[in-house]
This record gives sequence, C-alpha cells and structure tokens, in this order.
Amino acid sequence: MTELLQGVLVAAGIATAVLALAWASSAALAVGAGRPAAMALGDPLLEVCRLLRQRRRTTVSADVALWRLGGWGLLPVALLLGALVPWGEEALVPTSLGVVWANTLDVLVWALVWLLGWGANSVAGLVGGYRFLALALGYELPLMFALVAPAMAASSLDLAVIAGSQEGLWYAVWMPAAFAAYLLGVLGFAVQGPLSAPAGQETSGGVLAELSGPDLLVVRVGRHALLGAGAAVAVPLFLGGGSGPWLPDPVWVVVKALVLTASLAYLAGRLPVLRVPRLLEIGWVVVLPLVVLQDLVVAVVVVR
Amino acid sequence: MTLETVLLVAAALVSVGLYGALSQQVVVMVMMGLELMIAGVLLALGGFWWFLSPDPSGQVLLLVVLAAMTVEMATGFAIATLLHRRAGSDMTDMATELHE
Amino acid sequence: MVETSGVLVDIAFWVCAAVAVGFGVLVFVVDSMARATYALALSFVATGGALLLMQQSYLGVIVVLMMVMEMAVMAVYMVMFMGMNPALMPMSMVHSHRWAIGAAVTTFVVLGSGAVLVPWPTRRGAPSPDVTDALGRAIMESHMLVMMIVGPVMVATIVVGVVLSSARTRYDRFGDDLDQPAADPPQEVR
Repeated sequence: MTELLQGVLVAAGIATAVLALAWASSAALAVGAGRPAAMALGDPLLEVCRLLRQRRRTTVSADVALWRLGGWGLLPVALLLGALVPWGEEALVPTSLGVVWANTLDVLVWALVWLLGWGANSVAGLVGGYRFLALALGYELPLMFALVAPAMAASSLDLAVIAGSQEGLWYAVWMPAAFAAYLLGVLGFAVQGPLSAPAGQETSGGVLAELSGPDLLVVRVGRHALLGAGAAVAVPLFLGGGSGPWLPDPVWVVVKALVLTASLAYLAGRLPVLRVPRLLEIGWVVVLPLVVLQDLVVAVVVVR
Repeated sequence: MTLETVLLVAAALVSVGLYGALSQQVVVMVMMGLELMIAGVLLALGGFWWFLSPDPSGQVLLLVVLAAMTVEMATGFAIATLLHRRAGSDMTDMATELHE
Repeated sequence: MVETSGVLVDIAFWVCAAVAVGFGVLVFVVDSMARATYALALSFVATGGALLLMQQSYLGVIVVLMMVMEMAVMAVYMVMFMGMNPALMPMSMVHSHRWAIGAAVTTFVVLGSGAVLVPWPTRRGAPSPDVTDALGRAIMESHMLVMMIVGPVMVATIVVGVVLSSARTRYDRFGDDLDQPAADPPQEVR
C-alpha cells in the first residue's frame, strides 16, 4: 500500500515538474520573441483562463475522434517522456531500454500532429500536417543517430546507467554534434521556434487553425511540455543526470532541466521560422553526416 | 498465454491480412493487408521463440522479418508512386495494363 | 522483469490480442482512409505489446516505433493517391469479395487447427537474463553475416525507392551543367 502511495506521489511530482517546464518554456519563448519578462511569466495563466472559457468552434464534417486524439495525446506523451527520466536513483518507469522508449514516444508525435491537422477538415490544418511529416523526416534521422552516441559511450540503453557513466565529463561536452542534433529534434517534436512551420502564421496557424477553447489549450500546453520533457530527457543523456555538488540528485535534475528548457525556448523565440524544404536540406545534408561522424568518433573512443 | 493462444491470434492476424490483400483494389490498402500478415508472422515467431527455444538466434530471425517488412513497404510505395505518376491510377486492376 | 505467467499477464495478452485482431479487421471496415491507417497502427502497437509480454522488449518497442512512423507516412500516400477529404466517405473498393473471405476463413481454420492440434515440444533452454544484450551480441558476433547482408539490402532499397519514385534529377535542380542555383522552393517536374 505504501509503495502504491509512493508511486502516486512520484507520478504527481513528475506531472508537476513537466508542467513547470512547460511554463518555463512558454515564458522563455515569449521573452526570446521580445515580450517583457514580467508579462511573459503571467501570460500562460491568463491564456489558460481565457481558453477554458472559450466556446468550441466546430467545422463541417470534421473527423472529431481523430482530431481530439491528436490534440489530447500530446500532453500524455510529454508526461510519459518525463516518467522515463531518472530523477533520483531510478525513474518512475525504470526500463533498461529508456533510450528506445524515448525515441518511440517522440515518434508518436508524428501521428498526433498529423491527426491534429487532418481531423479538422480544413485546408490550413492539412497543410500543417503535411509540413510536419516532411519536417519530421528532416529532424528524426539526425535525432535517432544522436541518441546512438550516449548509448554507445555508456554501452547501455538505460537512461540511469547513461547518466551514471558521465562522471567527470558530460557527454554534451565531447559529443556536441549529437547534443545539438538532439536539441534540434526536441524543437522539432515540440513544433517550436525555427521548426514551427507546421503551425506557421502564414497558414493561419496550420495544424492549430481550427482549434479553440480547451482543445487549443491542451495542444499549446502539450507542445511546451514536449519541449520541457525533451530537455529533461537530455539531462541524463548528455548533462550527467543528477550529479552535482551540494544539492541532492533530484534537485540537480530539475535545475538542469529548467535551465536547458529555458535556454532552448529562449533561443527558439529568437530564431526565425524556417521553411520546410530548407530544413530538410539542413537536416539531411549537414546535420545527419555530422552526427554519423560523431557516432564514429564515439565508437572509436569507446573501442580504442 | 500459451503457445497455442499466441499462434491462434497470429493465425487470425494472417487471415485478416490475407482477406485485405486479396480483396482490396487500392494499392495502399493491399499493402495494409500485407502488413497485417507480416504482423501475424512476427507474433508467431515471437511465440515460437519464447515458448520453444528462447536463444538469441531466434531473435535475429525476427529482426530479419522486420527488415523485410520495411523493404516491402519502401519498394511498394515507390512503385505505387511511379504508377500514380505515369497513369494516374492507384488500382491494382489498372496496373495489369503495365505490360502493354 | 515481469513474470510471464499469472492472471495479469494473461489479461494483458488477451487485451493486446483483441486490439490487434479487432483493429486489424477495422482496417478493412471503416469508411475513412485515415481511420483505416491508424487502426492498422493501433493493431501493430498491440502486436508490439504482445511481444513485450513475451519478454522481447527491444523487438516489441521497435515494432511500435517503426509502425507508428510508417503509418504516419502511409497516411500521406493514401491522401495523395485517393484525393479524399477527411469527411467519412462511404467507400467500398473491393473485388472478388466472397472469394477473399473464403480464402481468409480457410487460412484461419488450417493455421488455427495446426496451432491447436500439433503437439508442440516443450521449451529447450532458458532465455538469457538480458535478452536485448544477448540479441546485440548475436548480431555482432555469431550472426554478424545476417546483419551485414541486411545492411546493403536496406541501402539498395533506399536507392531503388528514390529512383522509382522521384521524377526529378539533379539536372532538373541545378541546370544542365549543374551550375545553376537551386530552385527554391523546389520546382515540380511534370
């Protein structure tokens, strides 16, 4: 019974942490885009209140089941990603295949965002959905090869083992290309910043075009939560997990995740949105070879 | 969960897939049927592996089946795209005219 | 690691089995191609779940990963080829319907009776404590040849896929002497 209670408490803690990261992401992104910091911090609350009271917009012959599945699925994916992160000694869901599970969860976003665009039965939404899949091909392959690097260096797919094997030198330091490709992937599956073309302004919001009220709220929270959760997974992968002086492990994980989320979101706010063909070219012609080279370097260092 | 039940479920998947592959007119739907059949094969192999002889070699076989599946899909989509581009058709019946 | 006997595993297996077969049938029943595609995706997720129950964690997760990705891409093709709007359009695009059902039922009866009637041998050997690790070692040691063949086959597939499906070459993009700036956005060639 106490074990169950403990599990529930940890789950609640992780949910809170992921939502806090989402808030940090939202605020930092707004600051990056030029909003005053004080207002950027308060905006999320005001938006929540506004959207909760907004009436639902309906479109003609929308595929409501798939539409809602796409929208309401994003936040659970982010929470599951958070559950994979080893906060202390162990994650809420301890698994020896943490890296593969994290990859699988971010692939789920492919389906969800496309369904979000498809379900509304609107041109803008469908354009957004197509854009996302093209974009996903661009960021996912570098992301997958980036995940190989830390797993190879630690000779384990377990996030806790990977976090524990970085004593002295963080993987982010000697695997910069993999780290950068991973962060690009996080921006991609969170549909934020330079990779937010699927929800672009010029298509009146793309996949978000016909959303309203609570449905829009969960999608917005879900996107920021995905950014936060993706950054949180990077902590055991590249930033040494909970290691650090003075403070206990879980605190360090949260601090690192917060700092990474905020800086990534700030950067995302500063950068312009790139068109999808451009991103595909960057992803496949520049980033992918770099990451494969990075994997080679790591393999050589590991085997020696 | 016994070997028999796993194989029964796998047989059900294979036959549903077979129905789809035989009856559908659209290329993409035919491929969905093939995919279901391969899913059944995967499940059956997984069952054999776990209940009869759980050594690593069997898992390699499963990996090969997975690889075969991706090859099938990629080539299938490429051919479907080619058909579509050339003839504007996506029906299996119309593809018989290819030899003319 | 979870035990592979016990009521919970049985329940989980039957749920996975019901979802895999049920949504597999739905693929050919539902009226919308989007629903058909994602029904198939769900069927695959359940198959992956069943593999997970048989301790093949890595393969189970990989099945889920690959299939969700593949179905997401499949959805694009189906819209491209069918030109359908998201509305639930009633459609029936089947040929030799009765014959196909007959073949399917016969297959199920033959395979199913085989599954039940054949006296399967008892299990030889025990799974290694870390199945994923054992698989990795098998690929890189005793069965390396298999993976060395699969690799080039995959590369060949990529090349074949691009050659078959792409109408554009680098000459369309960079001009006859490959010295023109790339068209941006890329131009469609008809």
